[in-house]
Order: sequence, then C-alpha cells, then structure tokens
Amino acid sequence: MSFLEVSNITKSFGDTEVLKGISFTMERGQVLAIIGSSGSGKTTLLRCLNFLETADGGTIRLGGDTLFDAQNDRRISDSELRARRLRFGLVFQSFNLFPQYSVLRNVTLAKELLLRDEGHLSRAERRRRLDEIDEQARALLKRVGLEAKYANYPCELSGGQQQRVAIARALALNPDILCFDEPTSALDPELTIEVLKVIRGLISSDRTMIVVTHEMNFASSVADHVIFMADGVIEEEGTPEQVFGSPRSPKTRAFLQRPDN
Amino acid sequence: MSFLQVTLALLDGFKTTFILFAVTLLAAVPLGLLVCLGSKSRIPIVRIITRAFIWVIRGTPLMLQVLVVFYVPGLIFKMPFQSRMAAVIIAFIINYACYFSEIYRGGIESIPKGQYEAGQVLGMTKTQIFFRVVLMQVIKRILPPMSNEIITLVKDTSLARIISVGEVIRSAQDIVSGYALIWPLFYTGVFYLLFNGGLTLLLGWCEKKLSYYNG
Ligand SMILES: Nc1ncnc2c1ncn2[C@@H]1O[C@H](COP(=O)(O)OP(=O)(O)O)[C@@H](O)[C@H]1O
Ligand SMILES: [Mg+2]
Repeated sequence: MSFLEVSNITKSFGDTEVLKGISFTMERGQVLAIIGSSGSGKTTLLRCLNFLETADGGTIRLGGDTLFDAQNDRRISDSELRARRLRFGLVFQSFNLFPQYSVLRNVTLAKELLLRDEGHLSRAERRRRLDEIDEQARALLKRVGLEAKYANYPCELSGGQQQRVAIARALALNPDILCFDEPTSALDPELTIEVLKVIRGLISSDRTMIVVTHEMNFASSVADHVIFMADGVIEEEGTPEQVFGSPRSPKTRAFLQRPDN
Repeated sequence: MSFLQVTLALLDGFKTTFILFAVTLLAAVPLGLLVCLGSKSRIPIVRIITRAFIWVIRGTPLMLQVLVVFYVPGLIFKMPFQSRMAAVIIAFIINYACYFSEIYRGGIESIPKGQYEAGQVLGMTKTQIFFRVVLMQVIKRILPPMSNEIITLVKDTSLARIISVGEVIRSAQDIVSGYALIWPLFYTGVFYLLFNGGLTLLLGWCEKKLSYYNG
C-alpha cells in the first residue's frame, strides 16, 4: 500500500467534465511533478486533494486513512473536514498572503488558532506553546531566506519573497503532503529562480510534495515521478527520463515541443 | 438677541441633531450588517425580499420615509407616535442600515476568493476566516465610502424638521422669523462645519491607522 493513493477522481463543473478519472500513487518522501497545458485540470486536481472542491467520484487514501470516498458520501462535520484539509498543504499561484498581517504573523496565525482546539491550557502552558510557534515560524522564515523580513508586511515584499512566505506558512502546519500550484507562474524569471531554489531545498526523505509546474527543467531535475495531464486524464506518466526523454504519447510530444516550455 | 443667547438656542437645537446622528449611526452600523447578510442569503426568498426592500429605501427620498413612518401608524393603525423624535430615528435607522448594507456587501465581495481559500487550507473555521482574515480588510476598504455616508448623515438630520422635530436649523429659523436676524443662519452653518470637520479628522485618522498596508 502506498502513502498516497488517489483513485479514479472525477469532477465536473456543470456539463464540463474536468477530471475524468485520475488515479496515481505516491510514496513518502517523493516529489511528484504534474505538467500539462492550461485547462487540463491540474489546479482542479490539487483543489480536490485539498478539499477546496469536492470530487464527484473516486477515493483519496493517505497513510492508510480514507480521507475521501465519493461512494460513502455521508456529510462530514466541519471539524472533520478541517482535520482532513490539514493533511495537505497548498501553495497558491497568487500567494494569497494575508495583507494586514506581518510576515511572521502570516506564518504563525493558523497554528495559534489551532491551539484553541486543544481545549483549555494553563496560562504557562499556553505561553510556552505560543513561544514554540513563534520560534518555529522564525526558523522556517530563515529557511526560506527571509530572516530579515519578519516584521515587514506582504505589500513590502517582492513576488518571490511573498511566495517564500507562503511556503513557510504552509510548512508551519507540517502537512503530510505539500502541494504547489504553479508557484512561479506569477513571477519574473529572476524571482522564479529563488523560489525554485527554496522548493528544491525542501526535498527530504520525509517530505512529500506535489508540484504543478511549467518549469520543465525544474520538473525533470527534482521529480521522482512525472504526470502529464491532458483534457482531464493522465495522458502519460513515468520517471522524468521516460516522460521527458522518450515520451510515448503524441500529445506529450506535442506539448514538450512547444517553444514556450 | 445677544450672541450668547443665539448660541445657547442653537446649541439646544444641535443637541437634537447630535442625538439623531449618534443614535442612527450606532444602530445602523450593526443593523446594516444584518441587512447585508439578508441580501447575501442563500435562501432565495430572504435574499429577494431584502434586496427589494433595499431598492425601495434607496430609491425613495428619506424625507418621504420620515413622513411615512410618522403618519402611517396613526392614520392606518390608529396608533399614533407618541414621540416625533422616535419616528425620525426609526426612519433614519432603516434608511441608513440599507445604505450601509450595500457598502458592506461591496466590501465583502471585493475580497479575493483566494483569501478565504488560504484560510481554508490552513485549517481555519469559517468564523475564524471571517474575523481573522476578511473583516479587517473589509473595514479598510469600506472606510472611505462609510465616511462619505456618515458626513451625509450629519446633514440629513436637518430633514427631521419636516415633522417639526426641533433640530438646529429649526432653532435658527425660529430666531430668524422671531427676531428678524439673518446671521444665525450662517452661524448654524458653522455648527455643521465644525462638527463635520471633527468627524473628518477622526475618520481620516482611522484611515491612516489602517494604511500601514496595501491590498
Ligand atoms: N469553478 C469552476 N467552474 C467552472 N469551470 C471551471 C472551474 N474551475 C475550473 N474550471 C474549468 O476546468 C478546466 C480545468 O481547469 P484547471 O483545473 O484550472 O486547469 P489547469 O490548472 O490545468 O490550467 C478549465 O476548462 C476551467 O475552465
Ligand atoms: Mg492551473
């Protein structure tokens, strides 16, 4: 049994079938790159994994737990839904930082709010935990190269710096799987490089990541496995060598030969 | 009539002006939120009725609304208002709650979807997302249009005299007709200018407080 097992996910918006049965598996510590032309359903897939959309069909299993099963669609409680969402993290194309909070607060906020779910803590215990959250956030920001920006506001940062804050913010909750939806598509080339460097630096044996990207060099150098999506299906998948080196599907070949890749 | 006597008479009228202003503001700000929720309700009938109501209130003169609120209970239901001021206050609160609700709605709808989604993927509850993520951004965005409405409210209070509530302009007019003095009218303008000037400073200070970030 694999760490993540996604099987037969389908999703339609009205009459348009956007995901037509997506299945794949991942092992812990792996990096999966998802490529494909725009409109092929990559974002929708990540949104289904993060429960921003509810898939119409299929199942999602993570670490042996069934997180989603369309067959068994009893309505789940809000707190259960939140618990499932926390198993995945998502870094958006457009960062979506909270503009009214400092960089540090962007990273600590969600974790502080989660502390409340733990019921009543003694004042000293609460203080200790808040200090811990603060310290962890500072360490994460340092890790993404922003130790000089704790007190700044998102509007004072470059796009690349904002995206690095967003990465630290997602890491703070320590998700089992961290998803990136075209994390550099909104960035200039120089800024793209710094963000990709940070993502590359996150790879470790216990960090599992799914990266939707148009950066083919990046995908082929960091990914253990590559999925090429076209029109809501997995058109081709394999190791980077297979998919980039000797693509079998004509659609993959056509996609990879496009000059903008 | 001496300057001091005029001042005292006008101050007395201005007390009514101020009470009408303050009570309307304090009640319409939260009531507007309720109306806003109604106009965004997922239940179609609630939404349609609320929006129709807003349309009527915004599409007819406040003066007419004051008259309707004052005369309808007495003439149709045989329960006349005991207090003219109460009628004016009710009409004002309803009117301003509807205006505020539309400002709130615009503010809430201007917050990008990504802000809610970022909160969701970070495991926040709906309430946390509203109060911790969205609210402050909404307040920042609606402050300028709210300031405009609040200044307008100060001036609208003069409509109260249509049902003989003695606000400041009525006090002035009594002096003008009773003592054949014209300057108290201009002096009344000074009351409005000073009060609105203070409000403008206060609201400007609030906007400045929130200008530490963009977006
Ligand atoms: N909320 C939605 N409502 C309707 N159609 C949508 C919605 N979200 C995505 N789509 C459609 O689904 C298709 C796939 O979109 P998306 O998953 O964003 O693709 P990608 O990320 O690969 O570019 C597109 O045709 C898009 O127009
Ligand atoms: Mg996309």
